[in-house]
Amino acid sequence: MTALPPPSAKKLGLVIDLDTCVGCHACVTACKGWNDQGYGAPLSDQNAYGSEPYGTFLNRVHSYEVQPDTGPAQVINFPRSCLHCENAPCVTVCPTGASYKRAEDGIVLVNEDACIGCGLCAWACPYGARELDAQAGVMKKCTLCVDRIYNENLPEEDRQPACVRTCPTNARHFGDLGDPDSAVSKLVAERGGYDLMPEMDTRPVNKYLPSRSKGPAAEIDVLAPLLDVKTTGFAGWLDRMLEKF
Amino acid sequence: MGLQQPKLDTSPKVSDEVRRTTCYMCACRCGINVHMKSGRVSYIEGNRDHPVNKGVLCAKGASGIMQVTAPSRLRAPLKRVGPRGSGAFEEISWDEALDLAVSWLKPLRETAPEKLAFFTGRDQSQSFTSYWAQGFGTPNYAAHGGFCSVNMAAGGIYTMGGAFWEFGQPDWDRAKLFILFGVAEDHDSNPIKIGIGKLKKRGARVIGVNPIRTGYNGVADDWYGITPGTDGLLILSLVHELLKAGKIDLDYLARFTNAPCLVDPAEGPGKGLLLRDGDGKLLVVDRKTGKPMAVDAKGVQPDLGATWKGARTVFQHLAERYLSDEYAPETVAERTGIPADRIRGLAAEIARAAFDAPVILDREWTDFRGDKHAQMIGRPVAFLAMRGISAHSNGFQTCRSLHLLQILIGSVETPGGFRFKPPYPKPVEAHPTPHCECAPGKPLAGPHLGFVQGPHHLALKPDGNPARIDKAFSWENPLSSHGLMHMVIPNAHAGDPYRIDTLFLYMANMSWNSSMNTGAVMEMLTDKDEGGEYKIPRIIYSDAYASEMVAYADLILPDTTYLERHDCISLLDRPICEAEAAADAIRWPVLEPDRPGHAGVRGFQSVLVDLANRLGLPGFVDEEGRAKYRDYADYMINHERRPGVGPLMGWRGNGDQTGRGAPNPDQLDRYIENGGFCIEHVPDDAQFFKPWNAAYQEWAVSLGFYDKPQPYLFTLWSEPVQRFRLAAEGHGDRQPPDHLRARLKEVMDPLPFWYEPFGESAGADYPVHALTQRPMAMYHSWGSQNAWLRQIHGVNPLYVPTKIWHGHGFEDGDWARVTSPTGEITVPVAHMAALNDNTIWTWNAIGKRKGAWALDPEAPEATKGFLLNHLIHELLPQKGGGLRWSNSDPVTGQAAWFDLRVRIEKADPPGEAQPAFPPIPSPVPPAKRNRP
Amino acid sequence: MHPAPSVILFTVLSGAGFGLLAFLALGAAPVYGLQAFLLWGLGYALAVGGLLASTFHLGNPQRALRAFTQWRTSWLSREGWASMAALLLLAPVALAAIFGGGLPPVFGGIGAVFCLLTVVATSMIYTQLRTVPRWNFWTTPALFMTFALTGGAILSGQVVPAAILCIVLALLLVAAFRLGDRRFADAGADIGSATGLGAVGAVRVLAPPHTGPNYLMKEMIHVVGRKHSARLRQIAIVLSAVVPGLIFLFVPPFPVVLGVAAVIHIAGAMVARWLFFAEAEHVVGLYYGRR
Ligand SMILES: Nc1nc2c(c(=O)[nH]1)N[C@H]1C(S)=C(S)[C@@H](COP(=O)(O)OP(=O)(O)OC[C@H]3O[C@@H](n4cnc5c(=O)[nH]c(N)nc54)[C@H](O)[C@@H]3O)O[C@H]1N2
Ligand SMILES: Nc1nc2c(c(=O)[nH]1)N[C@H]1C(S)=C(S)[C@@H](COP(=O)(O)OP(=O)(O)OC[C@H]3O[C@@H](n4cnc5c(=O)[nH]c(N)nc54)[C@H](O)[C@@H]3O)O[C@H]1N2
Ligand code: SF4
Ligand code: SF4
Ligand code: SF4
Ligand code: SF4
Ligand code: SF4
Ligand SMILES: [Mo]
Repeated sequence: MTALPPPSAKKLGLVIDLDTCVGCHACVTACKGWNDQGYGAPLSDQNAYGSEPYGTFLNRVHSYEVQPDTGPAQVINFPRSCLHCENAPCVTVCPTGASYKRAEDGIVLVNEDACIGCGLCAWACPYGARELDAQAGVMKKCTLCVDRIYNENLPEEDRQPACVRTCPTNARHFGDLGDPDSAVSKLVAERGGYDLMPEMDTRPVNKYLPSRSKGPAAEIDVLAPLLDVKTTGFAGWLDRMLEKF
Repeated sequence: MGLQQPKLDTSPKVSDEVRRTTCYMCACRCGINVHMKSGRVSYIEGNRDHPVNKGVLCAKGASGIMQVTAPSRLRAPLKRVGPRGSGAFEEISWDEALDLAVSWLKPLRETAPEKLAFFTGRDQSQSFTSYWAQGFGTPNYAAHGGFCSVNMAAGGIYTMGGAFWEFGQPDWDRAKLFILFGVAEDHDSNPIKIGIGKLKKRGARVIGVNPIRTGYNGVADDWYGITPGTDGLLILSLVHELLKAGKIDLDYLARFTNAPCLVDPAEGPGKGLLLRDGDGKLLVVDRKTGKPMAVDAKGVQPDLGATWKGARTVFQHLAERYLSDEYAPETVAERTGIPADRIRGLAAEIARAAFDAPVILDREWTDFRGDKHAQMIGRPVAFLAMRGISAHSNGFQTCRSLHLLQILIGSVETPGGFRFKPPYPKPVEAHPTPHCECAPGKPLAGPHLGFVQGPHHLALKPDGNPARIDKAFSWENPLSSHGLMHMVIPNAHAGDPYRIDTLFLYMANMSWNSSMNTGAVMEMLTDKDEGGEYKIPRIIYSDAYASEMVAYADLILPDTTYLERHDCISLLDRPICEAEAAADAIRWPVLEPDRPGHAGVRGFQSVLVDLANRLGLPGFVDEEGRAKYRDYADYMINHERRPGVGPLMGWRGNGDQTGRGAPNPDQLDRYIENGGFCIEHVPDDAQFFKPWNAAYQEWAVSLGFYDKPQPYLFTLWSEPVQRFRLAAEGHGDRQPPDHLRARLKEVMDPLPFWYEPFGESAGADYPVHALTQRPMAMYHSWGSQNAWLRQIHGVNPLYVPTKIWHGHGFEDGDWARVTSPTGEITVPVAHMAALNDNTIWTWNAIGKRKGAWALDPEAPEATKGFLLNHLIHELLPQKGGGLRWSNSDPVTGQAAWFDLRVRIEKADPPGEAQPAFPPIPSPVPPAKRNRP
Repeated sequence: MHPAPSVILFTVLSGAGFGLLAFLALGAAPVYGLQAFLLWGLGYALAVGGLLASTFHLGNPQRALRAFTQWRTSWLSREGWASMAALLLLAPVALAAIFGGGLPPVFGGIGAVFCLLTVVATSMIYTQLRTVPRWNFWTTPALFMTFALTGGAILSGQVVPAAILCIVLALLLVAAFRLGDRRFADAGADIGSATGLGAVGAVRVLAPPHTGPNYLMKEMIHVVGRKHSARLRQIAIVLSAVVPGLIFLFVPPFPVVLGVAAVIHIAGAMVARWLFFAEAEHVVGLYYGRR
């Protein structure tokens, strides 16, 4: 199924709020925990207690420093996982058909039984969203928790990705970006959600909400003193103060 | 066409069973759902019903599974067989271990109980461990609060009957302006994050005051990159501006604080104390009648501006002080590193949020005077602060300054402001006072720790010397409510104030990251006297893992992991309540502790119960010496502190009583059925103005927090503090030693003020501030054994601000030598722009000793990771007379971690971070050395 | 990109192998006998050996056959088909060459086309990747093709074509290095667009998401050895093109000489291929502040 399916009406994905993400990495380990025992092979760790631990993660959080023209530098935390691109190059390069985009909801998955571990799809992905598991030899990537979001063994409210469920600041949102009336689509519209590396023409489904502008509050007038304490003295201030009472 | 889209099972079975208990990857204590497959933990997620985390988990909590499978888990009791510190142990049976412990402890109890010092670190069962120590009869007990954040706790309790973190929280749902002072992560890890998420969602404004702009400060809408140690100045300058503009809540001050109380002006032993009537009630002048009246009289309208018989109100004193030019923005700008117009802007933001758009709830309530209020009016400015202001030697007064600020604008306990969590608020007077008189074979008369109200409560021996090994509650740090754990080893080693025999530690990595001057501490632990005996003769330690501290103990009592034992998160000590509910919780063994082929591990509290029974400790055995409790679970159910009040509030009596009631044998089952916790909501009309709200007070009594209503006033003017100043001035029969008089006179100011942190005395040779921060995805030293977390934080660079970076010509990959008056480290550096110009920092406790934690000795944590602790001394530089001055806040004894001053220079990469210590052999099989 | 030895070996050897087979198919070999056997054998050995080497870097080589399924979209799949077709189509031609017997030249012609298609397909695996701008350029198929032909010409002892191809190769390498250096910037991705934070200001990495290495960094952010790249570029050009070219121009084509020229050329090609990977910068490096 290496050919991309016709664009689906339903486009499931994540919306990540960079104004709110504190960079706590909760989504990183929640994702690892869920996917270590769920879809496909476990996410292995090599040399786990050794000198150079090296493991598979489907979601990682960077920290960047941004220097605006005025004002101090800002620190912005930046979670990065598969964006479930509409024009997913990782799918079309796959020689085995293991990598595919689901026709019904647009989730990009790897059929691990068919994957030969050639790594081409990871090469094709601009976002570093795929990691070849060193133990299983198959390509791992964010599944959008496909084994949670439709899972009838889970209570309705838990049918959302593990990373979204755990995010303490609520910086991660999950929903149908194909439906302009969905909560996530509205959020994207309201906050100016954007695509990563649009020049790669991958048309990501996931969107990032920009950090709000920072700095001193707009139009704050400094406080006018009640009266000039220096000239009236403390007693004058006290009188004036208590008058208000 | 190739393959078809495969058919997926989108509804796989998640697990065989879910067991709900409480997380302990940190002290936040979130509820967790532990999924089990074939008898093993398969996945851990947050419990949605839990009051603390409401379903979310942090990075640590979500990787708890790696904590339970870590190779570093201890497996059997260990007896030291080689020299101390060599790491040579033999495994022994539990019977041997307990017999050995009893053979050491019993004679001490019978002859000199103070020769046992029992200190617990990240202990969440302090009401239990202290009860044990009380039964033993030693005055030497405390947990780690003294080196952690006692300034925050004491500053809050002495000012308003509670503080941040466990004591209270911002009104996340209503605050419009949120200002965060010196917080990287805090204990209330998930609630703060949930709260920030709520603020962000509502578009409320978040401001961070912190030399470093990461994490919460990164998402803050505005950032004040303050110079460390100067927050008090900034805060009091805000107070100055607000007072000048009249932007304070006079009604609130008059009704709910001691601002209208009258300060005795008469020279003598009562000077600076508040005037009282014949019944001992505080006096105020009533505005209607102009007459002095008891402050709690019904209908009284306290006059803030009154003068009576020469006595002026607290309000006048404070206004006069803070209106002075000393606190003008221009005066403090340079020192704080915050320009004057930025200070003014912040004051204006506070005033606007507090007074232009108050939050008004239509909820009727009645205050303690019997006066009815139709509405609850709130000032939606909420503050939160933690160790950034408390871990300085001026932290107590800085914390008080912050509380003064929030009280002046009338936001504490009002909608949109800061709210207490039950069982707080609780005034100083409702807390115990410290007990220290000990006698052979006798229990202590009361708890070790408490809140002193004057010199008469100090823990001194008849000769005036400190009664406690850590010198808590002595003239050196009179209000040291949590003890001074960081001074225990140095004092025991120096025999100052006396020698001890056995040091019993629990859950504290004292030979590594929780000590100052770590290298020297390791020497103290292994140092011998002329007779060839260890200066600290015996050390018993309980840890669950192969930490750095293990090598320095003579006997190890291995604990279980958090999923393998009973624990009790009790209203008697550090509860998990929310502002709108009281709540407590348990842990229970969702897994059996199995360490095949070894003697196994036991829950430490149950071991303490066992030891208590063997030692026949009062409280644990009945008159005939028979054990009252089988183990900790039994204690949790059946122990009663006061009749009907026990460790757990839920399902008491027949299972239908909350708070008070007879022990219920089924109690733990009820907790387990309910997800491991119990919650009891505060009635709507009792949710705000708690210290003065009659409905709240009644509710608190019904739950057993106290036995009768205890309304009180916020103490802007602190009499307990003033009593120490009076003593320093020569009043009273308990007198400080002369060398401490001047310092006490200065710092024991009944009104908050700012003084230069002691660390500044390092001088011009050490121009740079050096700090640490908690990484959100790592818990102190114990996260590194977690295979997932250590991939995130395996090394900790030293972050250097742009000015120093360029000034010293640093480049990526460089190393630096950092020198303080205490020592020198050589470590890797990294550049950071969003940082105070004069501050360097690193993540706390990533550096590991080679060989510890069952990690490969070449682990990056041990070769590149480092501790800043080597640069921090537990003592201040000598000031003559051979006196040892601890590096602590002079009021509370809080360790002044963040006073550190250093000098930095570029260094040749030494191959590994310096100082490097020789590896310690691991007490458990270490990781295979499989380097790629 | 990580210069995996198996991939370098595969692309260089199979490229030269298919080049040689193409020349042989077009009649560059002696009509029959041992010499034909050796040459065809060498061609098959290089081509098949290269293909086998390519499976070394697979996570699950036992499933390698699945790689044939996606010829509609995947260049790797197409490469598989083209190579199989070439090898199968040329088998009778080879047998005929070795054992004698006439097959119409069109058989060899079709086989040669498939050999070259294989090389094209191989090169397109790299060329198609927008994520690696240096590869995503006409120079990639041109280089692969020229290497294959040069290698083929040298191995089959075609003096004049070899000399000409060496000159072309040298020029092409110079062009590819020069033009390649600008490709990343021209592609337009930078840390600002990768994070979308460029709108706020200048972006730099404060902390990576993990302090240890990971698959992405090992595979796609290879910076080791790049500092030698100027020297290696010269070596690549000299060994793969200049020296063999000079040999063909000035030394009589004794078999030993041809052998030496071939070995030198292949060594140079390996260096060039190492550079092809090591110098290729994947846009994912932007997230790590490295390329
Ligand atoms: N430079 C610098 N140093 C600091 C600080 C700083 O800001 N800067 N902060 C200080 C502060 S506030 C604190 S609180 C301390 C913290 O320092 P510590 O209290 O030493 O904290 P940990 O390193 O977590 O060590 C606790 C020990 O408990 C053990 N443990 C974990 N789980 C269990 C269990 O279930 N049972 C038992 N029995 N043991 C267990 C761990 O293995 C570990 O050895 O560090 C202090 N040190
Ligand atoms: N993930 C995680 N959570 C933890 C812990 C952990 O190890 N890991 N430890 C727990 C413990 S024991 C504690 S005590 C708490 C501590 O929680 P925090 O109080 O958040 O402690 P620190 O991480 O030490 O952060 C101190 C902050 O104060 C800032 N700071 C330092 N000096 C000053 C100053 O003078 N002024 C101002 N305004 N800011 C200053 C520092 O930059 C830093 O951001 O965290 C608890 N929670
Ligand atoms: S869990 Fe949420 S806040 Fe934490 S790093 Fe992930 S997205 Fe950011
Ligand atoms: S983010 Fe990468 S892996 Fe995910 S769909 Fe897009 S290209 Fe493919
Ligand atoms: S690694 Fe697996 S999924 Fe990716 S391209 Fe190769 S076969 Fe397809
Ligand atoms: S959606 Fe699921 S698989 Fe994807 S990042 Fe989140 S937790 Fe991981
Ligand atoms: S904050 Fe994290 S580690 Fe701490 S108790 Fe909660 S989930 Fe566990
Ligand atoms: Mo702490």
